Amino acid sequence: MVRDTVVTPSRAVRHRKALAAFLLPFGVLFVLFYVVPILYAVYQSLLTVEREGTFGPAVQVFGGLTQYIAVFQNEPFWASIVRVLMFGAVQVPIMLGLALILALLLDSPLVRGAKFFRLAFFAPYAVPSVIAAIMWGFLYSPNLSPFTAVTGSVDFLSADAVLWSIANVVTWVYVGYNMLIIYSALLSIPQEIYEAARLDGANQLRIAWSIKIPLVAPALVLTGIFSIIGTFQLLAEPQVFASFSSAVTSTFTPNLTIYSTASVPNMSLAAAMSVVLAVATFLLSFTVLKLTQRRATL
Amino acid sequence: MTTTASLMAREGGRLGRTATRESAVSRTIAMAVMIVATLYFLTPLWWLFVAATKSRADFTTTAPLWFADFDLFGNIAALFQYRDGVFLRWLANSALYAGVGAALATLFAAMAGYAIAKYTFRGRETLFNVVLGGVLVPATALALPLFLIFSQAGATNTIWAVLLPSLVSPFGVYLSRIYASASVPDEIIEAARIDGAGEVRTFFTVATRLMAPALVTIFLFQFVAIWNNFFLPLIMLRDEALFPVTMGLYVWNTQVSQIPDIRALVVVGSLLSIIPLIVTFLGLQRFWQSGLANGGLK
Repeated sequence: MVRDTVVTPSRAVRHRKALAAFLLPFGVLFVLFYVVPILYAVYQSLLTVEREGTFGPAVQVFGGLTQYIAVFQNEPFWASIVRVLMFGAVQVPIMLGLALILALLLDSPLVRGAKFFRLAFFAPYAVPSVIAAIMWGFLYSPNLSPFTAVTGSVDFLSADAVLWSIANVVTWVYVGYNMLIIYSALLSIPQEIYEAARLDGANQLRIAWSIKIPLVAPALVLTGIFSIIGTFQLLAEPQVFASFSSAVTSTFTPNLTIYSTASVPNMSLAAAMSVVLAVATFLLSFTVLKLTQRRATL
Repeated sequence: MTTTASLMAREGGRLGRTATRESAVSRTIAMAVMIVATLYFLTPLWWLFVAATKSRADFTTTAPLWFADFDLFGNIAALFQYRDGVFLRWLANSALYAGVGAALATLFAAMAGYAIAKYTFRGRETLFNVVLGGVLVPATALALPLFLIFSQAGATNTIWAVLLPSLVSPFGVYLSRIYASASVPDEIIEAARIDGAGEVRTFFTVATRLMAPALVTIFLFQFVAIWNNFFLPLIMLRDEALFPVTMGLYVWNTQVSQIPDIRALVVVGSLLSIIPLIVTFLGLQRFWQSGLANGGLK
């Protein structure tokens, strides 16, 4: 896959200075703004605040896993985790399904003007989440929406519906992006494979199902993992929707819970929540990767 | 979607008889799906554009999807004058954070990726795997840890708090490495060495040219990521003068219920904030599409 240069050690030593010049800028920034913050968050999460008596000054002391026990007993945090899990279980398959169907159609000989459609579907990706949420917030609101016939009978901003209204905003923004990744994978399939299938009498549906989808499976796994990560990180859309709907609370998603905990301010608890969320995200994406890999080899 | 699926199933029964019939029916269904999808993706943007051209009175009283008195430029002028042009300031901030941030992030990622692809050194694979792990760490998960670090340094609520973390693009290193090993032949580097060019000069004059599609791709996606980033400015910035445009519009949107007049500004501002991104994507599509197709996703 990756055809890197294989050089004898003596030559590598000769270019040591150049190598340092290439690697240092990224390396230093990566350590400062990725590695150190993560380690510091772990450190902060192990601290706890103690007071001497009721009115004594607050001091931060080492508290071991106190904050983690507090995280596991924090019901709003777990409720928010369950909420995004539910969101992901419905939204991610719908979004990727749509992206796959559109990519297959674009790649098929059935569609004319594929170039226009490709750009039209991708355009929402250029809309920042905050702006997309503001825009859809207007579109959902009963008195401003162009679709009053719909918004008059269904309350998209009610407690029951708002999670799915947000899911629609996320879907709207990201279908085109995922479609493009899948489409790029489709383009790299050699044409000869299709000719053989067509000679065997396979129609477009059959070609898509038996040849194209298996070959773009790696791209689907990739988009799936990025979507799961994105779902766990939901923040901008619900934060904006809080202005449109009272059903969006300050603990609606894990990141909102972390934000409101940090604003208290309870930095140690918020840091512990960040660590738990990061580990949960990582475990889930890793599991998806492993599960799909196993299925691919069967 | 269900209607399309059942249609396809129904037509499927008839398909066997004639091959020409199959393609005519499939073509129609495929185009119908494409048109419905286009309406879904473009209607909200069309609504935003139309709404931005209307006066405050027309906004609520005229048909939302068609023009009334066309006053886009009057609305833009009002937006730019509001509170001494604070919106222009936000646009400039976003351009600074995203433009400078993405340019430097691309440069650093390209150097690191090129070095990993073209030089052998001890720990090369370990380094690459650590960076890959960084791809899986979402930006929002880092926001709170970064805040803790910057507050230790007394640097929250500064330009640096938003700009510096944006200079790191692990995905960029990944893409650069793959792309450099595929598209920069060792012979060319060797030829440059024989000509007496230094390693760093070879990178800047020869390698960057060959890696151009990957570099444009990295720049664009980093630009969008920074332009759209919400959690980091939300958590870092208090001073309105430092806000990026998304943050400013978010704050305005929370004030709509107290200051109803501000809603028109939110609509026009939203439109203006997405135009730079759409123009950039359209202008550079030749580059980023081939960058995605060739490099990232194999």
